Amino acid sequence: MTSQLLLELEGVSKAFPGVKALTGVGLELRHGEVLALVGENGAGKSTLMKLLSGIHTPDAGSFRLDGQPFTPQGPKHAESLGISIIHQEFNLMPDLTVAQNIFIGREPRVGRIFTRDRRLNQAAADLLERLGLALDPRAVVGSLTVAKQQMVEIAKALSHDARVLIMDEPTAALNDAEVEVLHDLIRRFVSPRTGVIYISHRMDELKAISQRIAVLRDGSYVGTVDTAATSMPEVISMMVGRTIQTQARPENVRADRETLLSVRGLSTKALLQDVGFDLRRGEILGFAGLMGAGRTEVARALVGADPITAGTITLRGRPVSISNPAQAAALGIGYLSEDRKHLGLLLEQSVQTNIALSSLGDHFSRRGFVDDKAIATRAAASVKALGIKTPSIKQDVRNLSGGNQQKVVIAKWLTKDCDVLIFDEPTRGIDVGAKEEIYRLLNDLAAQGKSIIMISSELPEVLRMAHRVLVMSEGRVTGELSHAEATQESVMHLATLRADESTGSSPSDTTADKAGLA
Amino acid sequence: MTTETTPRVTSIPLAPPSTFRDRLQQVLAFASLIVIAIFFSVASPTFMTYGNIVNVLFSTVVIGLLALGTTFVIITGGIDLSIGTGMALCAVMSGQFIVNWHLPWPLGLVLAVLFGGLLGFVNGFNVARLGLPPFIATLATMLVAQGLALVVSHSAPIYFNDTPGYLQVSTGNLIPGLNFPNAVIVLILATAVAGVLIRRTILGRYTFAIGSNEEATALSGIDVGRWKILIYTLAGLFTGLAGVMISARLGSAQPATGAGYELQAIAAVVIGGTSLAGGKGSILGTIIGALIISVLNNGLQLMSIPQEWQNVILGVVILVAVYADMARKRASTR
Repeated sequence: MTSQLLLELEGVSKAFPGVKALTGVGLELRHGEVLALVGENGAGKSTLMKLLSGIHTPDAGSFRLDGQPFTPQGPKHAESLGISIIHQEFNLMPDLTVAQNIFIGREPRVGRIFTRDRRLNQAAADLLERLGLALDPRAVVGSLTVAKQQMVEIAKALSHDARVLIMDEPTAALNDAEVEVLHDLIRRFVSPRTGVIYISHRMDELKAISQRIAVLRDGSYVGTVDTAATSMPEVISMMVGRTIQTQARPENVRADRETLLSVRGLSTKALLQDVGFDLRRGEILGFAGLMGAGRTEVARALVGADPITAGTITLRGRPVSISNPAQAAALGIGYLSEDRKHLGLLLEQSVQTNIALSSLGDHFSRRGFVDDKAIATRAAASVKALGIKTPSIKQDVRNLSGGNQQKVVIAKWLTKDCDVLIFDEPTRGIDVGAKEEIYRLLNDLAAQGKSIIMISSELPEVLRMAHRVLVMSEGRVTGELSHAEATQESVMHLATLRADESTGSSPSDTTADKAGLA
Repeated sequence: MTTETTPRVTSIPLAPPSTFRDRLQQVLAFASLIVIAIFFSVASPTFMTYGNIVNVLFSTVVIGLLALGTTFVIITGGIDLSIGTGMALCAVMSGQFIVNWHLPWPLGLVLAVLFGGLLGFVNGFNVARLGLPPFIATLATMLVAQGLALVVSHSAPIYFNDTPGYLQVSTGNLIPGLNFPNAVIVLILATAVAGVLIRRTILGRYTFAIGSNEEATALSGIDVGRWKILIYTLAGLFTGLAGVMISARLGSAQPATGAGYELQAIAAVVIGGTSLAGGKGSILGTIIGALIISVLNNGLQLMSIPQEWQNVILGVVILVAVYADMARKRASTR
């Protein structure tokens, strides 16, 4: 039994009109194993998932489960075979309850048409208890946090008596504590008759959870390595086909620059309490903290997207009051949302339209008429300057990769002549190779004198980029670290400080606080 | 899988049960209905009389039936513009079956309702199988129905002079001694059926699921297209029933009426707290919404406010109702 493979893929190929998505891919999942599947965006991971769940049919190749060949006909069929998939974009109905979501399509019924909600809720409660998930079966899913919605997804997948659980970037929106809970759940799920395929961009997690790592590149299978015996740079070089410098440190750090923006006593009704910091010209200020610590809220309050209850903002030495993002933009403060696709871009519009969007009134119109020629010239220049990979400035942004979409957002704000740029999770959903380009771009912008606030949940990213790191917890600034002081440990310590233990719990904390607010 | 280690992840607090929040909109709508009713009973002595209350209920029947059916469609995130003229066509078909073809009136009635179901099926097919946006698909049906009603009836009303039984369906009194029209009983029964369908059946569950996240519903292995066709067909059956009730009440099928009713029905649904974005809504809310509209019309009439102003006031009420709902939701998420 154990000599046999749990799931085996051989010679799987799939072509879409004009694109060869997968070529002769093989994959072997052993019993009781967590197999990490990595690859850049477009490497073919998602296509492979869609083949396994029967959404698409392969052009060639075979699947075997416990040695038995099978062909999934659709998501429901795949589930009945014991293959459950948790997609990156949640497949939940936000207006239904937890129990209704878990058993959608399989509701306990009276006759054929009447639902039995009491039994439904009981079944869900039993399942959640068995999985050790603290969720109320009657809670409406849309009211839950992202982490809990993820748990609902997992409970839904596991309710099918899954043998093979495939997770597509399950931690993309989770903080470190939540990732731990998820990993714990995965470890308890894995038994000699089950296995997990774990797709992730976050390299540090692979060490923690996987036994082996399989790598895809450009629709082809590159190889599988033992996690314990392999370093992350090796994995990354397999993914991108070249070596990437992972030991980079912040560039151009100087403490003697003038202060451009200073914030004091910023508070909001819901979360923020007395947040204060200074941002210098040409500086990258990192905002670290757990999910919900209030980093995004600081950015939103700063640009006037959310109302503030107290606080002063001084920009270039003059006090300013900002009541909406348009005013912030006019003052040269641009906020690049973490949710690029919904809040940062018009996906159905062209690259040039997006780049010009914020500055139509200032640069690209004459007496109310849009000046398309000026837009095209400026967009072409931005595409060149930022190295945006697009066949044309008329291409719809939807068709660009995540990294290039992010560059379009950056181009939009640079066109607006912003000199304070607030990046919220600038590399979320962007693959390793493109991340490096975004980092280089951020360093270049800082070197040109732009001031950058970088909010990031990926600590390694903050540590390698930020000149100073501001750490938040529960709506307050719990400390400020110079790039020399900032380590995984010191940041995590400050990020987990609670309100009642913030005073004098660590020497570095209090000194940093004073330095930050002096 | 072993489950001994369960307590490890129980540090996350439970979400508060949200059923109360869901009900609040209905409570608010109901409260506004009461407030409006109190206002009119002070303004006009005749408002709070038995006769007038029955009158209000009677005048709610047609809009109420249309609104009930379209509630399902709107919860899926769709819209049905064809119910107004569709109702007129069903009324005409009822006249065609009963008056021109001399079918027994109960059979003609059933066929007219089923004809409404057919219109709904066509809508559902166009939306689910041809992938047309609901707005376009039902706009087309709206125009087709408007035209067909005139074609079939040769642009003249069809009078049900020889079938008093048919008229009794609307204006008769099943309960002896009480002056309580059968039409209101039909509306009450239809409301009960719709309520059970939406809260207690798979159909209702999938209606919410589709409106909440259509793709996720499909990926959960549910044949979304088939259910959508069913839901539009259901709306069509309610349209057919509305056609029967309006023609039975008037004693004739009026081919040129109908346009405009769809917007009143949609207004009732929206006032009742159903979201045009889909995923949220209730039958009780819809009925309250329909009652608010007819109470307003009735009360303003009693106060001798001209017909033209009634629509102006109705428009303002819709704005206020929906804005209040949105403001409340924003407040509760802060």
